[in-house]
Amino acid sequence: MSVGEAVVRIEGRDKVTGAARYAGDIPVAGFAYGWVVQSTIARGRVSSVDDGEALARPGVLAVLHHGNAPRLGEADDATLLVLQDPRVPHLGWPVALVVATTAEEAREAAATLRIEYQVESHDAAFRAEHPRMYVPDHINPTYETETVKGDVDGALATAEVVVDATYTTPAQHNNPMEPHAAVAEWHDGRLTVHDSSQGAYAVKQALTRLFSLQPDAVRVVSEHVGGGFGNKGTARPHVVLAALGAAAVDRPVRVVLTRPQLYALTGYRTPIVQRVRLGAHRDGRLVALDHLASSQTSKVLEFTEQTALISRSMYASGALRTRHRVVALDVPTPRWMRAPGESPGSFALESAIDELAIACGVDPVELRIANEPESEPASGLPFSSRNLVACLREGARRFGWSGRDPRPALRRDGRWWRGTGVAAATYPARSNPSSASVTAEDDGRFTVRVTAADIGTGARTALTQVAADALQVPMSEVTVLIADSDFGPASVAGGSSGTASWSWAVVAACRDLLAQGAAAGTTAQANTGKAVAARPDLARHAYGAHFVEVAVDPHTGEVRVPRMLGAFAVGRIVNPLTARSQLIGGMTMGLSIALLEESTMDTRFGDFVNHDLANYHVAANADIQSIEAVFVDDPDDQLNPVGVKGLGEIGIVGATAALANAVWHATGVRHRDLPIRPDRVLNATYAV
Amino acid sequence: MREFEYVRAGAVAEAVRLVAADRDARFLGGGTNLVDLMRLGVERPGLLVDVSGLPLDQVTETPDGGVYIGAMVRNSDVAAHPLIRERYPALAQAILDGASGQLRNMATTGGNLLQRTRCVYFTDPTKPCNKRQPGSGCSAIEGDHRNLAILGASPHCVATHPSDMAVALAALDARVDVTEPRGGMRTIPLGDLYRPLGDRPDQELTVPEGTLVTGVALPPSPLAARSRYRKVRERASYAFAIGSVAAALDTADGTVRDVRIALGAVASRPWRAHTAERILIGGPATEAAYRSAIDAELAHAQPLRDNAYKVPLVRTIVVRMLEELAG
Ligand SMILES: Cc1cc2nc3c(=O)[nH]c(=O)nc-3n(C[C@H](O)[C@H](O)[C@H](O)COP(=O)(O)OP(=O)(O)OC[C@H]3O[C@@H](n4cnc5c(N)ncnc54)[C@H](O)[C@@H]3O)c2cc1C
Ligand code: SF4
Repeated sequence: MSVGEAVVRIEGRDKVTGAARYAGDIPVAGFAYGWVVQSTIARGRVSSVDDGEALARPGVLAVLHHGNAPRLGEADDATLLVLQDPRVPHLGWPVALVVATTAEEAREAAATLRIEYQVESHDAAFRAEHPRMYVPDHINPTYETETVKGDVDGALATAEVVVDATYTTPAQHNNPMEPHAAVAEWHDGRLTVHDSSQGAYAVKQALTRLFSLQPDAVRVVSEHVGGGFGNKGTARPHVVLAALGAAAVDRPVRVVLTRPQLYALTGYRTPIVQRVRLGAHRDGRLVALDHLASSQTSKVLEFTEQTALISRSMYASGALRTRHRVVALDVPTPRWMRAPGESPGSFALESAIDELAIACGVDPVELRIANEPESEPASGLPFSSRNLVACLREGARRFGWSGRDPRPALRRDGRWWRGTGVAAATYPARSNPSSASVTAEDDGRFTVRVTAADIGTGARTALTQVAADALQVPMSEVTVLIADSDFGPASVAGGSSGTASWSWAVVAACRDLLAQGAAAGTTAQANTGKAVAARPDLARHAYGAHFVEVAVDPHTGEVRVPRMLGAFAVGRIVNPLTARSQLIGGMTMGLSIALLEESTMDTRFGDFVNHDLANYHVAANADIQSIEAVFVDDPDDQLNPVGVKGLGEIGIVGATAALANAVWHATGVRHRDLPIRPDRVLNATYAV
Repeated sequence: MREFEYVRAGAVAEAVRLVAADRDARFLGGGTNLVDLMRLGVERPGLLVDVSGLPLDQVTETPDGGVYIGAMVRNSDVAAHPLIRERYPALAQAILDGASGQLRNMATTGGNLLQRTRCVYFTDPTKPCNKRQPGSGCSAIEGDHRNLAILGASPHCVATHPSDMAVALAALDARVDVTEPRGGMRTIPLGDLYRPLGDRPDQELTVPEGTLVTGVALPPSPLAARSRYRKVRERASYAFAIGSVAAALDTADGTVRDVRIALGAVASRPWRAHTAERILIGGPATEAAYRSAIDAELAHAQPLRDNAYKVPLVRTIVVRMLEELAG
């Protein structure tokens, strides 16, 4: 058996030695460089582009803008319709592409462009009370905007204990290590693209429509991807610009975004204001849960983060209401960032649950257990499996939770005030339709092809383990090729659905090949579309529980994290090594969001002004001392053949709340606004 | 990025002459700040004169018992040097608390002193900024200024000097050796190198443009061997200070005999707390005295909307530091 083994990443050596090529490294004969020119106004129209000086410069091949760029067809995502019209919907919108034989020439020529604008007044100031806040048709991706069960207001009015609190989270940027890059090449009307993407097939579909091509005329390859955290989930403007540029100059064009360019062009998590109201009996059992989330979108595309979704499945409550509002501003388009919905939603819900536990004088672990539902609270669907209680119990045991003094601000250790906190986590266990093929090679080996993406997660390795077991051979007999849209449709590496979706197709193809006899030269193909659709309606979720210890210096505002432990019920563990890495990575990102991450919108300009890694702080090694992720048994035969729930996102869910809850326990101060920066800690200390 | 020429200077005189002859020329140290600014379009030099190979790359003991640091000594080498660690521990700590290992390996002593502010509007050529473009306005005063100055700011600029190293040097009474464009050599107290923020925040130094920093002299000081640096930052490592202090203290019989205090991340230059020092010397070595001394220093603070937290922050780290040094 390979599944369950701690196997190191197959491409690990290539990555650390530099042999692995990322999209921006792919050498394509005769390619030119495209430099993206972004608008410096937040709203208005481009009235003229004077490219005379730029075109006269050495090496410059073309300057594309709305007046001369090739026309695009249709797009599901209007952020891809670049250089098509003079409208500027937000600061940083692409207004030109300079193509030259070197990157330096392109960039320097871009500096000589004279772009005139008709400036219109803009509104980039997000607030929950914004008069243009509205109720969207649906929330991301296709969930209902509102759910109501029972009489929430009535139950709140008569509840013995009520918590009513507002929580805010700032805009955050995904900031994968590798900025977006693509190289595009046209040949006889066919388009080949190497893109830094979490879903080569999704990018192919977008390009097929945009350039009005036959499906077999577009190929997208994303062999190695340096992270994404959601902002490479579908096609992004850079890949469209590369293809437009290549069409215009009739040679391949590479576009690599800089770090600051990512901030307006590739998505981010919206700022969110959440009001959570809980009504409960004195013993902590909920009678009402009301969760209202307000977020922003751009004027280009409506994207509503599914922030309150988590409250639909977490706790039993007779009355339950979840609602979303959104306002369209003159800002860049927010998109997915690791656990969209659940990450910010869990901060509010799990902070409020902690506040309830304090109000009731009940241990926060026990209070959560007391509110375990029989079936999914909002939908009434049965759970395929639900091992949250096991996570809470096992986490508490390993962390040494029992005997914790619940009173705040009691544990001094020199200048540090110590405290501990807990929060629960959940994330949907999705499987999406995918296809895969497997070929029995002449030399007795097997080659699997699936348009999976390995964005650093270890997906390539996990799929090799799965295929080896399905073929009943050792891993060394199997080569898994991924991330090439020619391999057929497959799920994106997003929504924690990757391994759960691809492994299903891989197992189906392998089983089929064996059933056919696996003669050399034969290929078996599988598509799981029908099988996925045929699954019964069940509430399928992964679970987790976070336990965090913090040390706070209330007089310098520093918050340090000596200990973080997460216990997770995430189905079958294909590879404990890469699984742990995903989980502690998610937990670290949760810490990062709790303490550091924040994109500062300067509303005067409509710009995220701290747009680089020196000013946008992402947690580093020194920010966490001991971090541990453990698994609890979580058998579930209602998922997919391998029994995988997906674990790319659940590590981040709840981690932030656990930390904020620990800060309360340490200091007695409740932080409802993220991040918990030193200035906020200090202001709380000195406000008294 | 503008096309530029690159020359590796072999001697101080040559370096100074090359830069003096060309308005668009810049000295290049480790390049960790200048090259970033070139990429961002903030700096657009036509000529880079690389001074990192000049033979000013030694840390040496001076006859008077002090230490001399050549301007091209890399930050890592300064921090690791036994003379520095023994005699000026605050300097070693300050350097090690800054940037990352890779950056410290590249950064030079001269470049570190002359690094530019991290104000986010200064580094973005599309935004108004008096320091980058005189007269265009200061975007920070009404904008993102959480980590900008509370002391010595002007209505034209509220930038901070980001260096940790310079804070320690200011406390240790360092003197800076420079060679001016016409070849004249001067020695200036570090504190006098930086021009106070007035109505021309683009003019950062008191020496003429094109002046080369050649070295830093640390005078002998019995105090310095027990000096310390303390930095507070948002991230636990690899982040600029939001407040820092370098200090040294000598007490006898419960009385302060001598004291040095410099503050970081509060002003456009390392801020020597002269007011606090004057109050402390000869007075009692007590927490109450430390507190009232730093309060007197901070009485002139003019915080903006979002950076008033620095006042209690600095007070705390100074008082604690002096208590530790006394105890
Ligand atoms: C991500 C990041 C994080 C950082 N964090 C910190 C931190 O926490 N604390 C901290 O203190 N610093 C930090 N730094 C800044 C770092 O310390 C400086 O970039 C470095 O010290 C500059 O030295 P350099 O030799 O590379 O200078 P360069 O980039 O070569 O030059 C900087 C400036 O000085 C001029 N110059 C260079 N040498 C001389 C000379 N001999 N005479 C006259 N002019 C000269 C150049 O023309 C240029 O204007 C950080 C930098 C980065 C990029
Ligand atoms: S504070 Fe100084 S550097 Fe920052 S925007 Fe104002 S003038 Fe420019």
